[in-house]
Order: sequence, then C-alpha cells, then structure tokens
Amino acid sequence: MSFITVNNLWKEYGGQVVLENLNLNVKQGEFCTLVGASGCGKSTFLKMLLGQETQTRGDLLLEGEAFPGEPDRNRGIVFQRYSVFPHLTVRQNVLMGLELEQKPWLGKLFGSARREALEKVDAMLESVGLSPSANKWPHELSGGMQQRLAIAQSLIMRPRVLLLDEPFGALDPGIRGDMHDLLLKLWQETGTTIFMVTHDLKEGFYLGSRLLVFDKVRNDPHDPQAFGATITYDLPIGQTDRKLFEDINQSVSETARNQAA
Amino acid sequence: MRMINHHPGRVSATLLGLLPFLLIMLVYSLASQERLAENPNDKLLPGLEQMTAAVDRMAFQEDRRSGDYLMWQDTTASLARLGMGVGIAASLALVVGILNGVLPLVRANLAPLVSALSMVPPLAILPILFIVFGLGELSKVMLIVIGTAPIMMRDVAQRVRELPGEQLIKIQTLGANSWQVITRMALPQVLPRLIDAVRLSLGPAWLFLIAAEAIASTEGLGYRIFLVRRYLAMDVILPYVIWITILAIVIDQCLRLTNRRLFPWYNAGGH
Repeated sequence: MSFITVNNLWKEYGGQVVLENLNLNVKQGEFCTLVGASGCGKSTFLKMLLGQETQTRGDLLLEGEAFPGEPDRNRGIVFQRYSVFPHLTVRQNVLMGLELEQKPWLGKLFGSARREALEKVDAMLESVGLSPSANKWPHELSGGMQQRLAIAQSLIMRPRVLLLDEPFGALDPGIRGDMHDLLLKLWQETGTTIFMVTHDLKEGFYLGSRLLVFDKVRNDPHDPQAFGATITYDLPIGQTDRKLFEDINQSVSETARNQAA
Repeated sequence: MRMINHHPGRVSATLLGLLPFLLIMLVYSLASQERLAENPNDKLLPGLEQMTAAVDRMAFQEDRRSGDYLMWQDTTASLARLGMGVGIAASLALVVGILNGVLPLVRANLAPLVSALSMVPPLAILPILFIVFGLGELSKVMLIVIGTAPIMMRDVAQRVRELPGEQLIKIQTLGANSWQVITRMALPQVLPRLIDAVRLSLGPAWLFLIAAEAIASTEGLGYRIFLVRRYLAMDVILPYVIWITILAIVIDQCLRLTNRRLFPWYNAGGH
C-alpha cells in the first residue's frame, strides 16, 4: 500500500473545474515538486493535502485512511510569507510546537522540560544555519532567513508530510540556491515526505525525487473554466533531459496564456 | 518645485508647529486686554493674572468650606472614574473581541449584537443608567464602559481577523488546539493593538465622563466646570480645560511608551 493514494480526485468550485481525474501514488520519503501554470490547481491540491480544502469527488488517502479534515501536527507547512510568528523570537518560534504539544493548557514549558526542548530547538537552528540569530525577532531577518525559520519550525515536529507552497518564490536567485541545498540536506536527514509547489520549472527539474506537472489537457477558448487540470507528466528526477524540459515549458506556457486570455 | 515636495527642516517644523498655539494665545490676550481695559471686572475673557489667582485658589489653598484642595480632589475623582471605566471596557473588549475574532460560532452569535450596541448613542441611555445604578459612582463608570466597550470590541475582533491566515494554519500544523490558538497566537498579538484602541477611545471616554459628572456628581473636573459656569467663572473653567487636555495628552503618551516598551516587535514593523 502506498503512503499517499489519490484516486480519481476532482475539485470544483461551482461551475469551475479546478482539478479533474487526478490519480497518484506516493511512497513514504518521496520529494515531489509540483509545477504548472497559475490556476492549474497545484496550490489547491496542496491545500487538500493540508486539510484546508476537501475534494468534490474521489479519494485522498493517507495510508489507506481519509485525510483529516483540518490541519494537524502530522503535516507541516511553509508558505511563501507570513509563516512565522512576529511576536516571538527565532528560538521561541521553533520552541512553540514542542510547547503546544506538551502543555495543552499552559502552552508553555518551564524548568528542565524547557531546557530539554531548547536543546532540540538549538540543534534544529544549527542545522538550518540560524544559530547566530537565535534571539532576533523575525522582522530583523532577511526573507531567506525567515523561510529557514519557517522550515525549522515545521520540521521540529517531525511531520510525516512537509508541504511547501512556493517557499522560495520571493527570494533572490542566489539565496534560492542555498535554500535548495538546505532543503535537500534536511530531506535526506529526516526522510520526510515532501510536496513542494513551485512556479519555477527549473527548480522542479532538479530538486527532489519526482516531478509532477499540473496542466490542462483540454481547453475551451470560450469557457476557460470548463476543464480542470490534471497531472500530465509524472517523472522521476534524473531521467529528465533538455528536450523534455522544452516540451513541458511550452505546454505550461500555452496553458498560462489560455488562462490569461 | 511642487508644494508636495517641500519638506520643513527640524527647526522650522518645530516653529511651524508652535505657531498656531502662539497665534491663539496672542489673539486671546489682545482680546482679553481690550475687554479688561474697558471693564476691569469683566469675567468673559480673564487675563493671566486672574487665571493664576484662580488656579492658586483651587489647587494650592484649602477650600474654606470643606478644607480640601478642590482641583486635586476633582482630578483624583475624575481619573479614578476614567481609569475604572476604560479598564473595564478594555478587559471586556479583549475577551469578547478575541472570541469574536477567533471562533466563528461565537462570531455568528455575538457580532451582530456588538455591532448594534455600538450604534446606541450612549448619552441617550444615561438616564437609564441613573435609574438602574443610582446617582453614585457606578452609573458614571458604566456610561464610560457602555460608551467605549462595543467599539473596542469590534476593533479587537477586526485586528484578530487581520492576522494572516497563514499563521492560523501554521499554528494548527504545530498541533495547537483552539485554546492555544487564542493564548499563544491571538492574545499576544492583539495586546499592543488593544492599547492603540484604548488610546483612540480615551477621547470619547473623557466626553462621557464629563457629561456624567455635569449631570450628577459632587466632585470631579466636569462637575466643577459646570458648577462654576453659574458664576461665569471663566478664570476657573479655562485652566480646568487646559488641565484636562494636559492630562489627556500625558495619558496618551504614557500608553504609547508602554506599547513601545512592552512590544518591541510590534513597533519595529514586525507585524
């Protein structure tokens, strides 16, 4: 049995079809990148994995069970922005999850329990390279450092699935490269299953273990909302070449133009 | 160069800011001098001498009848009512506002009521307060509470809802229950915003305080002003008004500094 099973999944908003007939099996520990034009349902699919949205039809299963209908501690998320808490320092931000888990009423740890938790926090900060900034406020950090913090905050919970919604979309290209290295390192260390939505096809082509392209197969020029997107390419990374990149790029761009028209 | 691109320097900005105050004082003293030259007993526009004499009498000499220093007595009475009223209103606003902001079920249940209450003109129900709570302290404090709490409740609820949706999702993925969402995410982030709301509510709070004191009281800044009005004692009224204004400014600035001190992340643009 696969870790995550998607069976004949549809998502519609009123008359607008966002996703149609999605089928997918993902093994534990895979790193899937989701690419495609805007409005092709990548983020919607991510939200369904998160529990923020539910499907209209079809099955979405985690180890054979339906996905819980609301976000929980087994599924971490990093958004493009606003993922960290501005009123907590870097260290407190990472500590938060441990405190919430251990103290349902107080939500705070004290004494030796806190010291123990802080050791874990500091180790996590070390591995994302934020140790020197441990006592800063988030607004004192650069965009890249804030995303490192958001990742650390999620990973300290050891989530079974880590969801990334265009996490590096707002970063400078150089910083983005550093973040890719960091993410790959953390993925290898933790073995977490990762889904990452990105706009950047190049990013999707070498980051992770599997590339999923969301695209529309059919397009009605008079009613762009009539048909939804589905997974048009499902490729293991490493078996990709220049030609394929051009093909996908062209198809995705065409869909984007149709959407905009 | 366009007007919109002319920026004053530091010194000239200060001078420009002072200018209207100086102008008002100048116009007043000229008018006052003119009237006093005609009639030295004129009460309408008292000069500096009469006003300092009045302040000396009210603030630094015992009242012949009661033996109290009236201005200080009035000040402490008024500030106690104001503090209690605004304090209760802010606490209510915090509780109701956060619940309304965080829990959709409570919002569906309470938000329409809060909106309706905030539209009731508080002075119109002052008679009801006097009838229900009597003419004592309680009715004055209640007027301030009723006058300022509903608007602060709405404000707090709005501030909670303005927190990015990403944060709400994030804290759930960290395992938070609803209580923890309130205590670890909404409450700490809304506190500095509550202080801002209180600063804005202080204007109306003073209005309700003085109105209530004017109608039924035996001490207080508003009571005194309305009492001496009978004798046309502008030499007392004007210093009292200036004193109230100074108090309001000091309270406002104290709140501003408290906010800066307690919530460094908020004022440094961290929200």
